[in-house]
This record gives sequence, structure tokens and C-alpha cells, in this order.
Amino acid sequence: MDAFQHAIEQRVAEEQRHHSVAPFFWVWGTLLVLTAVEVYLGYQNMEPKRMLTMLMGLSLVKATLIIGYFMHMKYEVSRMKWLTMSSLVFCLAMMMVFFPDALRIISLGVR
Amino acid sequence: MAEAALPHTVADIYEPSLFGTYSKKIGMWLFLLSDSLTFGALLYAYSYGRISTPNWPTPFHSGSIINATIMTGFLLTSSLTMVLAVNAAARGNEKARVLWLLATMACGIGFIVLHAREWSNLIAEGLRLPIFPAVPNQEVASEFVNVSKTVPQFAATFFGLTGMHMLHVTLGVVYLGIIALRRKFIPILFALWLVAWLATPAYSPFHYGAHVLLIAALVCSLILWLKPKVYDAADVEVAGLYWHFVDLVWMFIFPLVYLMSTKII
Repeated sequence: MDAFQHAIEQRVAEEQRHHSVAPFFWVWGTLLVLTAVEVYLGYQNMEPKRMLTMLMGLSLVKATLIIGYFMHMKYEVSRMKWLTMSSLVFCLAMMMVFFPDALRIISLGVR
Repeated sequence: MAEAALPHTVADIYEPSLFGTYSKKIGMWLFLLSDSLTFGALLYAYSYGRISTPNWPTPFHSGSIINATIMTGFLLTSSLTMVLAVNAAARGNEKARVLWLLATMACGIGFIVLHAREWSNLIAEGLRLPIFPAVPNQEVASEFVNVSKTVPQFAATFFGLTGMHMLHVTLGVVYLGIIALRRKFIPILFALWLVAWLATPAYSPFHYGAHVLLIAALVCSLILWLKPKVYDAADVEVAGLYWHFVDLVWMFIFPLVYLMSTKII
């Protein structure tokens, strides 16, 4: 490891030392509560598209909490946050192009 | 006076990092971004199948949902213990670091055991892939009688998605074991492989799936032999990123695969 990497690691360790662990317990509790809400929704007799939207909405909230707090993205510099998250969201959003086709299949043969 | 013009710290000599952090962590983030696209594709494929198939099976009764909810609890708790391990490593508390890492691994192993039990029950009831060995004297449960013929994509997407995730959790446990115990973990890994291989029947996919542990043990032995080192706080943080990612992916698999296929009586 070169001297610069070592200096950076020391700085990151120094930043970690100042993080209180209390928010992590709050996040953990919130994630457990959100999971319980999802299980409750799973037992409601809903139309699949509506249920999918609600469950994925809750999962996105959980993912934001995990990335922000557990993965420490909240504490990274804004350049790191924006480049990683915007590229990820863009690439995943591009895959949504297939969903209209999935909905079209349901109505095939009806008309 | 000439001395005053010379750089005094490494930050004066080297250009600062573009992302304000060390390269190992950026490398892990890049890997996780690429891996999230892999899981993204699998999750989209599952959702596509779920939306476009009106007669999608809903085989998960309350026992399966409770099992999957406990598995989710294990993973969420493991993420908390992982954060505490990262914090302990940053504070230089060696004993707490190892203990929290072992607690994380215990939660991970709990998740794998429950998941393997769930798989085994579903296979015993008749949900299977064509590549799985035939189960002797099998009685197929009523809900699975026609599933393989009418909705073959259900078993394919279920085993593909959850199997890929289980592989990631297994490798995550191995990764944390090496970070926590280094060389001492290698004999444990060989023992785990032997137990997993010998304790599962020959028709179980876990009988040959256990060889993942053997391959991991050989690869880890090679890495530790070629580059023996003491893992520092940064290594624990980078391992933590991987572990949290595995937890993150499950937050999408659990509602999609289990809750969207709940058997409502």
C-alpha cells in the first residue's frame, strides 16, 4: 500500500470514530417495522400491479436507508454520491422498457 | 527557508482522490454497481413473468412466509452487527471487531440454513428444475402438479433468483470469515464443506452445491498464501459494503418472490 492510500484510510478511520452508533439502531428498527408492513400487505387481496407498486415503493425506502446509513453513502463526498447513484438508477430504469410488453401479453387474444 | 517550501505530508505530495476516499472502497463500489445490474436483470425478469402470467402460482403458505420473514430478520440484524464491526475496527478494538464479525457470520449462516430448509421442502413437494436429480418415492403436492407444465418460469425464476442470492450470502460468510480469522478460518471452511456434502442426500442440489465451499477454501488458501496480511479497518469497511449489498438485494427479493406469491386462504 502506498503512503497516500494509507493516509486516506487513516482519515476514513478517523471519520468513523466520530460516528455515533445510535442512528444505526434506529435504522435497523425502522427496517424491521417496514418489513412487518410488507408482510401485512402481502396478505391483502390486491391486484398484482398495485401490490407490486406498493411493495417496491417500501423496498426502495428500505434500500435508501441501507445505502445511506449502513453503507455510509450519506457520509461520502457529493461527487461520489451522485456519480454512483445516478448511474445505477439510470441503468436500472433503462430495464423498465420491457414492462409495457409484459402488460401487452395479458391482453393478447382477448380482442 | 528552502526547507519550508518542501512538502511535509503525503497529502502535499499526492493529488487528492477524485472521490474523497481510498481506491479499495471505490473498487468495491464499482463491483457492487455491476452486481446490482445482474440482480436488477433477474428481478425485472421475475416481475415481467409475474405481471404477464395471470395463472401465476401462489404456493407460499403462512409457514413459508414466516420462514422468509425470520430470514429477513436475520439479514437485517447481520447488517447491524456488521456496522458495529466496522465501528469497532475504526476504534481499534480488535476483540469487539472479531466478535461482531462472528455475530454477522452467525446471522448469515442462520439465513442460509433456513433458506436451504425452504428449498428442500419445496423440492420435496414437487417444485423443481429439470437439472435437479429425481427425488425417490416423491409425492407431488397438489399445488405443484401442473406448475412445471403450465408455468415453468415460476420454478426457473424462483430457483435462479434465490439461488444466486444464496451463493452471494455464502461467499459473503466466507469473506467475513477470512477478514475475522484469516488462516484459522481455512480448516473451518473445509470442515463446513465436509459437513454440507456428507449431511445432504445425493438427490439434494445442496449435495453438489456444497462444493462451492471447497472451491472457496482452495481460492482463499491461495490468496492467503500469495498475499498474507493483517486486515485493517479499511478491509472491514469494504467487506461490510459487500455484506450490506447482499442484505439490500434481499429487500427486493423477499417482497417480489414471497409476498407476491402468498397463498391467501
